[in-house]
Amino acid sequence: MAGEVPNLEASKLTALVVDDNFVNQSVHHKLLDRLGIKNDVVSNGQEAVDVHCSGRNYDLILMDMDMPIMNGIQATRRLREMGIESKIAGVTTRAEEEEVKEFMEAGLNDFQEKPLTISKLVSILHNLELYVQT
Amino acid sequence: MQRQVALIKQSLFDQKIIIRTQMEKYMQGYLDEQFVELEELQDDANPNFVEEVATLYFKDSARLISNIEQALERGSFDFNRLDNYMHQFKGSSTSIGASKVKTECTMFREYCRVGNAEGCLRTFKQLKKEHATLRKKLEQYFQASK
Repeated sequence: MAGEVPNLEASKLTALVVDDNFVNQSVHHKLLDRLGIKNDVVSNGQEAVDVHCSGRNYDLILMDMDMPIMNGIQATRRLREMGIESKIAGVTTRAEEEEVKEFMEAGLNDFQEKPLTISKLVSILHNLELYVQT
Repeated sequence: MQRQVALIKQSLFDQKIIIRTQMEKYMQGYLDEQFVELEELQDDANPNFVEEVATLYFKDSARLISNIEQALERGSFDFNRLDNYMHQFKGSSTSIGASKVKTECTMFREYCRVGNAEGCLRTFKQLKKEHATLRKKLEQYFQASK
């Protein structure tokens, strides 16, 4: 069942999943796990900011758009203001041009429409040049 | 790099054909490609991953259905609130590949957008029906897969 999916464990990439939906949290966590990427999960933008304030840092952040307390656009903006240079990929079901534009302008490096799959995640890693040869 | 990506895609495609055949036997259009993607994530470390995700989905969707029912029972339609709930419902349904439920979510949101209360009620009734059928089918599917 595992197939020829590359394992990036040796590359020591880390990621943060930011999503308020439990199903998405579980799926995105597993997708990253499958690629050997150690990852943490938080439930909204404020928690994403807090985790960075506590000193944690990640190579990749998968950022949902619609979340309570602090949404993805606000969180992305805030993280960039804090000087966080991690690659941030927006992952959302919203795909209207205006919404995507606003999200990108907040400081995203890449954007993928949900649902996230292994192919889309590999594509994100490729686009963001996080695909390290092992 | 490109060769690695091509290898991944080919392998995923081959696996998908096997999984999809089994899935279609039971699910008859209730689930889409995304469910196959989830099945492919299942491995020895997490042999029940898909069933666990399905359990999460039904727990989450039960909560949302209850919230929407309460909002509809109030009589005064807060279309923004209803749309919010349905956006969450659609998100979960998309992630698990629940295609028929997702379609009803989309239709409900359209009715919210134009402020059509009757359309919302009608669609919600259908959505609950599809959701209940999906639940039953998945139970059978997981039982048969053991």
